[in-house]
Amino acid sequence: MKVRGKTWKFGDNIDTDIIIPARYLAHTDPKVLGEHCMEPIAPLFPKQVQKGDIIIGGLNFGCGSSREHAPIAIAALGISLVIAKSFARIFYRNAFNKGLALLEADLTGLVEEGEEIEVDLSSGIITCKKAEVTAKPIPAFMVELVNEGGLINYLKKKLED
Amino acid sequence: MGMTITEKILAAHADKEKVEPGEIIEARIDLALANDITAPLSLEEFDKVGAKEVFDKEKVVFVLDHFTPNKDILSAENCKKIREFSKKYRITHFYEGGQCGIEHALLPEQGLVVPGDVVIGADSHTCTYGALGAFSTGMGSTDITYGMVTGRVWLKVPESIKFICTGKWPKWVTGKDLILHIIGMIGVDGALYAAMEFEGEAISALSMDSRFTIANMAIEAGGKNGIFKADEKTIAYMEGRSKRHSKIYESDPDANYREVYTIDVGTLGPKVACPSLPSNVKGAEELKEIAIDQVVIGSCTNGRMEDLEAAAEILKGQKVAPYVRCIIIPATPTIYGEAMKRGYFETFLDAGCIISPPTCGPCLGGHMGVLAKGERAIATTNRNFIGRMGHPESEVYLAGPAVAAASAIKGRIACPEEVV
Ligand code: SF4
Repeated sequence: MKVRGKTWKFGDNIDTDIIIPARYLAHTDPKVLGEHCMEPIAPLFPKQVQKGDIIIGGLNFGCGSSREHAPIAIAALGISLVIAKSFARIFYRNAFNKGLALLEADLTGLVEEGEEIEVDLSSGIITCKKAEVTAKPIPAFMVELVNEGGLINYLKKKLED
Repeated sequence: MGMTITEKILAAHADKEKVEPGEIIEARIDLALANDITAPLSLEEFDKVGAKEVFDKEKVVFVLDHFTPNKDILSAENCKKIREFSKKYRITHFYEGGQCGIEHALLPEQGLVVPGDVVIGADSHTCTYGALGAFSTGMGSTDITYGMVTGRVWLKVPESIKFICTGKWPKWVTGKDLILHIIGMIGVDGALYAAMEFEGEAISALSMDSRFTIANMAIEAGGKNGIFKADEKTIAYMEGRSKRHSKIYESDPDANYREVYTIDVGTLGPKVACPSLPSNVKGAEELKEIAIDQVVIGSCTNGRMEDLEAAAEILKGQKVAPYVRCIIIPATPTIYGEAMKRGYFETFLDAGCIISPPTCGPCLGGHMGVLAKGERAIATTNRNFIGRMGHPESEVYLAGPAVAAASAIKGRIACPEEVV
């Protein structure tokens, strides 16, 4: 599957308090969570972002709390994919469980903010203006999970059997 | 090749002889935890999968600690949902009201975790229970739903990093200073995906309270879990708390480690993590110019008896500086009662402190001490990310209780020696 989208660049250690501040955690509605995504550092982001856009992060993207509200907020804005140099482990788990795709690759110095890039999710090949980069392969178990439609569908099937 | 304590616990729970780092396993769990923020999402998923019951009503724990006593209508609705679920499925360990404390202080205190357990929690600081020689780690609400229904979790076996701690503890230097020092040294992703194992004479000398503090902040270095071998102190702590079977695991001498660090705690002084990352660590003595508006002594990191004792020792007969709010939050009702009995409440009230009921409250900028634009706090909590305690332009400095209490008196960041 190929996705094409405009990039939004964020730095290293983008934590979950940035992705969705704790004061909004009493909400479970994805739409409300999306409206406050990245608010502490980029308050206009939710208004400006367009469906299919791609977030580019540096090291340790999603560090901090276990709040699933974080991938939910990102996905609610229609972000198709987050590409970062590395991800914090709970965020990594949560994103796949919630059906938000992640790829590990270092694009911070390669792409410019707003540049359009193309990503082949199955091969992990990322085509940007300056270069073609191959992302680290997604662990086989995660691929299986995604193919099953996320952890909850996987569980549903298990319960039906 | 031998195995580490983490590998042994995981192998036992996956019914395997041996596991290796990187391997994906499905393990049995001894406990699944969620709180008033994360449980609502878990319960939504529970309904979606059409599950009829939880795998074991003794092994699912709900603690309503974050936005309670309820700060607004939404948080009250969330708690109501969890309460109704708990009634319907007769969940044994449902904590709210006067039974409720901050989850990671409450669970060990109530004997819900024993050495050798595998515990998963929809809260990143679930890693705290590693202090008891258990494997425990945080994950999201969906994973907890899976655990609640099946009694199992999928896990990637982590590599381990060993921290050998030697030397004698200087006065006023505790577990918080050590873990801040370590995070400063290896960075907020220095232990990404790894188990952090702590050992050595300085660890043996350390109280259980300080060990909980250290394990609690493993996640702040990106760690999957923090772990200590259960020793005499652990056994003494567990005495009379639980009837459940426990098992003490220990790493083999030839176990494999990604890295091994040796730290002489005798060389450490009081540490402070500056905004806006827990790895931004400096000596407290370098920060004496930093004026503060608020002090928070509490949280799952440092809201235990030892922490309140240190704060009381420093605040005794002193006054909180003008225009500074000093909020003290005993982490559980038991700690609250004990602090009162010991006379600490009188000390705190005389000094002009505010005593809060057990809650997460200001730690995550929820309520009970949210910061205004431009304000600055020193807190014994575990995160100082942008906007963590309130306005995006407020700041949080992290420290142990002794530095926090001394700073309350001075109205700026201060070392304990300056006031006692
Ligand atoms: S005290 Fe703070 S870190 Fe601990 S569980 Fe509560 S919000 Fe999380």
